[in-house]
Amino acid sequence: MSDVARDGEALQGAELEARLHRTWSRAPGLWGWLTTVDHKDIGRRYIYTAMTLLILGGALAAAMRLQLATPESGLISAARYNQIFTMHGTTMMFLFAVPVMEAVAIYIIPLMVGTRNIAFPRLNAFSYWTYLFGALLLWVAFALNVGPDAGWFMYVPLSGPEFTPGKRTDIWAQMITFTEVAAIAVAVELIVTILKFRAPGMTIARMPLYVWSILVTSIMVVLSLPAVALASGMLLADRLIGTQFYNPFEHGDALLWQHLFWFFAHPEVYIIFLPAMGFVSQIVETFTQRPVFAYAALVLATVAIGLLSFGVWVHHMFATGLPRLGYDFYTAASMAVAVPSAIQIFCWIATMWLGRPRFAVPLLYVVAFIVTFVIGGLTGVMVASVPLDLQLHDSYFVVAHLHYVLIGGGVFPLLGALTYWFPKLTGRLLSEGLGKAAFWCVFLGFNAAFFPMHITGMLGMPRRVYTYPTGMGWDALNMMSSLMTGVIVIGGILFVTNVVLALRRPPDAGPNPWNAPGLEWAADSPPAPYNFEHIPVVSSHTPLWEEGPLNVMTGLRVDDREQVVTTAIEAQPDIRYPSPEPTLWPLLSAVALAALFIGSIFTPWAVVIGAVPLAVGFTVWFWPKNAPDGEPVIE
Amino acid sequence: MSAWLNGIQSATSGAGLHDQQFNGLFLLFLGITGFFYLIVIVALIAAIILRRRRTGSEPLARAALFGWVGAVVVGLAVLSAASFLVDRRVDAATMGRPPLKIELVANQWWWDVRYHGASPSDEVHTANELHLPVGVPALVTLKSNDVIHSFWVPPLAGKQDLVPGRTNDILLLPRRTGLFRGQCAEFCGTQHARMALDVTVESLPDFRRWQRAQRAPAFAPRTALAQGGYAYVTQRECANCHNITGTPASGRFGPDLTHLASRRSIGAGTYPMTRGHLYAWVADPQGAKPGNNMPYIGFEAQDLHAVVAYLQSLK
Amino acid sequence: MIASLVSLSACDREERESRGRPLAEAAAGGPLVSTLRAGEPPHPRPDPRAAEYENNAYAVSQGQKLFQAMNCSGCHAHGGGGMGPALMDDQWRYGGNMEQIVATLDQGRPNGMLSWRGRLTAQQMWQLAAYVRSLSAQQRQDVLPGRADEPSNTEPQTLRSREEMHSSSPAGVQGTAQ
Repeated sequence: MSDVARDGEALQGAELEARLHRTWSRAPGLWGWLTTVDHKDIGRRYIYTAMTLLILGGALAAAMRLQLATPESGLISAARYNQIFTMHGTTMMFLFAVPVMEAVAIYIIPLMVGTRNIAFPRLNAFSYWTYLFGALLLWVAFALNVGPDAGWFMYVPLSGPEFTPGKRTDIWAQMITFTEVAAIAVAVELIVTILKFRAPGMTIARMPLYVWSILVTSIMVVLSLPAVALASGMLLADRLIGTQFYNPFEHGDALLWQHLFWFFAHPEVYIIFLPAMGFVSQIVETFTQRPVFAYAALVLATVAIGLLSFGVWVHHMFATGLPRLGYDFYTAASMAVAVPSAIQIFCWIATMWLGRPRFAVPLLYVVAFIVTFVIGGLTGVMVASVPLDLQLHDSYFVVAHLHYVLIGGGVFPLLGALTYWFPKLTGRLLSEGLGKAAFWCVFLGFNAAFFPMHITGMLGMPRRVYTYPTGMGWDALNMMSSLMTGVIVIGGILFVTNVVLALRRPPDAGPNPWNAPGLEWAADSPPAPYNFEHIPVVSSHTPLWEEGPLNVMTGLRVDDREQVVTTAIEAQPDIRYPSPEPTLWPLLSAVALAALFIGSIFTPWAVVIGAVPLAVGFTVWFWPKNAPDGEPVIE
Repeated sequence: MSAWLNGIQSATSGAGLHDQQFNGLFLLFLGITGFFYLIVIVALIAAIILRRRRTGSEPLARAALFGWVGAVVVGLAVLSAASFLVDRRVDAATMGRPPLKIELVANQWWWDVRYHGASPSDEVHTANELHLPVGVPALVTLKSNDVIHSFWVPPLAGKQDLVPGRTNDILLLPRRTGLFRGQCAEFCGTQHARMALDVTVESLPDFRRWQRAQRAPAFAPRTALAQGGYAYVTQRECANCHNITGTPASGRFGPDLTHLASRRSIGAGTYPMTRGHLYAWVADPQGAKPGNNMPYIGFEAQDLHAVVAYLQSLK
Repeated sequence: MIASLVSLSACDREERESRGRPLAEAAAGGPLVSTLRAGEPPHPRPDPRAAEYENNAYAVSQGQKLFQAMNCSGCHAHGGGGMGPALMDDQWRYGGNMEQIVATLDQGRPNGMLSWRGRLTAQQMWQLAAYVRSLSAQQRQDVLPGRADEPSNTEPQTLRSREEMHSSSPAGVQGTAQ
């Protein structure tokens, strides 16, 4: 074994770094950019794409608020408005919220668990390209006026072949297929990374809370996305090859869609929300400089939310005329979600109470999160009650509720987390002053724009209307919401300006500017391609707050991409595992898959013909190599 | 303030049994959830203000966590029970009372309304408006001809969907007279925003008078101009889709026009019922409600005058 | 990239033209009975509206609704033919291009085909013609409707069981308002 170079006593310092660089760096230039399988490259790409889509979706929201500022406004036509709100919902839910949460996890999880790359890195590259093609398909279609226009929820029979002729809905349904493939692939990578690639000593009870929330979220993705895959597949079959799954006149059922769709789309809310809970835990820990209060309670609450989220989908369907007794179960389940959420809120406030909080921008976003998300949660308790929901459902009250939950509970923590991890991603700190200005604009603008919608809804304004008559008592409230949207836009511009200005400065942040406890802060900022010089060994929740230097293990090959695989619960070193090399085949396979998916909208033959290049792509990608399959770890 | 909350489409008006129950329950929810919100905010502010002094201790916080969870569970249990009881009470309040039976069929983008009577000749057929006698329960059967719509008259009751292939129903019990407005609450296509339903709650004698008037066939045209309109409407495009009882016009695809001019609005709430708006609607139905199924005809001026004159006579 | 290429050719395929253009001379013009079978060369001076309606998915679907609403199936039975000729095959007695079908609708034909002049607007006739041509798959594939949603004769189970439940409920049908 002496012919193989390994890190350890003999190989240290600059020489080790140089050799690891040679092994783990991507090729220079465009070729390297296209073939990279580094989780940091792909995670950064994912984050940029998803944030671009957030800006696009936000622009659509601003357009809608312009139209709704005054009654009987003729700014945007009915047909165009319906496309815009469909695109807004679809973009935000499928192309921004879920992908961005997975994107941050792709970047940060391997660093947090102390490994050199994500599991299945080629699948990771493939999932990004698939996601990108899905997003392009939808937005190119929208730009060409063939965007979907039947709502992001696509209720049949309105989205069926009779009521939305043409290809609009087919494009939507096929975009769903793209995002499903991408999201499930990422979920599988994250589950395996978390369970098998943790640093030695990071037992399952020492995992950071963010890692826990991503584990639960990824399992939820794997369990819930197949429901919408089935639903949109059957919708495509109804529209393209003449099946009758949803046609009530041929013994299909219009409500089948709603059951399948919400069985996915309600857990989806928690798929967005749980990673955000992870952000909050990490930020609170760092900025109070103490471990989060009641770790076990927070973990159990995360798992409980994951479980309960699968029992609440019918609360979207209280008005459809299902049996009354069944409703009570879903009311109870929906209200029960409030208990674990209350535990989490308590634990974070208790942590601030017990620690010494420093109100930097990330912690401000956490405070904003608590102030707004609790309102969203409490209005959620209201709409869980059947008699209240029958009035509030599909009114502007629900618009307010869901934005309090998703912006308050998802976007605020995300902005906090991006500020928090920005030095890790780029090596630079964001400006505190600009960050605070952006924060106050977004926070105050959001509340001033969305709080009035609770009242508009109580006064009877339904959702998804392109205009409304005068004299209903809604005029002033709508004008208020529209004006305040401008403040949110200003906040967004300030945030982007902050990022751009920071990127123009030279890197100066150092590995751990916040004195944070997690392993990701042990790597350089930005991290080297191999993440860690030596794989760290962990003996507590907060490894960087322990006395003395970080323990490390040695003995990994440096001339081959080798990772340590540990046991799932105790994180004992198990085997050494060769991580795949960069390759172009994930990109080529994704192109073949995109051709197949898009072609199948126009002719069923695309499935048959398109399968050939796809099969070639996959075959070459997975061609067995004579590399060793992993050897036992040498201590 | 109260006038503001009592808008014709406001869920806080409390003009029906359901809505009164809704208001009570909503206040209870608002009180309890508001109380919990206050606790969270006070705790948060205290944590921020007291950050310099280390007052907290872990065992104390642990005990507080149990207390907090207990309080949340009790609060949720109270709300669940209240919600359940109100839900059942609404059903019980109308048990055993013989209701007025109405059938409501939703179409893209208008409402077809039938009041069932003892015999077919007693049936009232109208569109886009409901008349309800105060204090009398009305059982509304809900069906859809095309996509999913949702019946929502906020001052009277909550929503109930109209799902193709299924029959739903909702029981309305209006408690005071007045003019109200409802609107489709489930996105149903291009003109979802213009699918309103006018609701008039009136005394029982007024309601019977209205019912009698609606049962009668259409008035014959009196002026020469209206006669011209009658000829156009019954012989040309209009009669393909619209029914006017007592005339040869017997189409089934558009709203019934027999007593059109007695209604409050045109085009499912698109325009108020005035002469000018009738002109606007007939001349170009695609102007204010583009995409609806009434075609643009391109009338000659004299035909337009005649058709409007005739339609205006259909009181 | 592929998406953009495919969609570029389809910009107005989905446009929902709600008003139509005013009736021009075309529909009222002479009967254009020159081509009697599908596949023969088109009429030398095609009406520009023909392509416009034929290549528009919304127009085809509106035509489908009209086909049902105007009871065309009464004679043509969902295109299969009955009392009237079949519309799915390539046999056209009075010509099978858009202008000719509109002329047939407008003027009526001997042995039972009504004239719809003054009963349907020009726009509706063009929409119907576009749909009728889709029955024999004359259009581009990407504007054709996926399938017909015509109701079958059987009622959904849910409907029947609900109605039985209601008819057994107490109280008379007419209620207190009588």
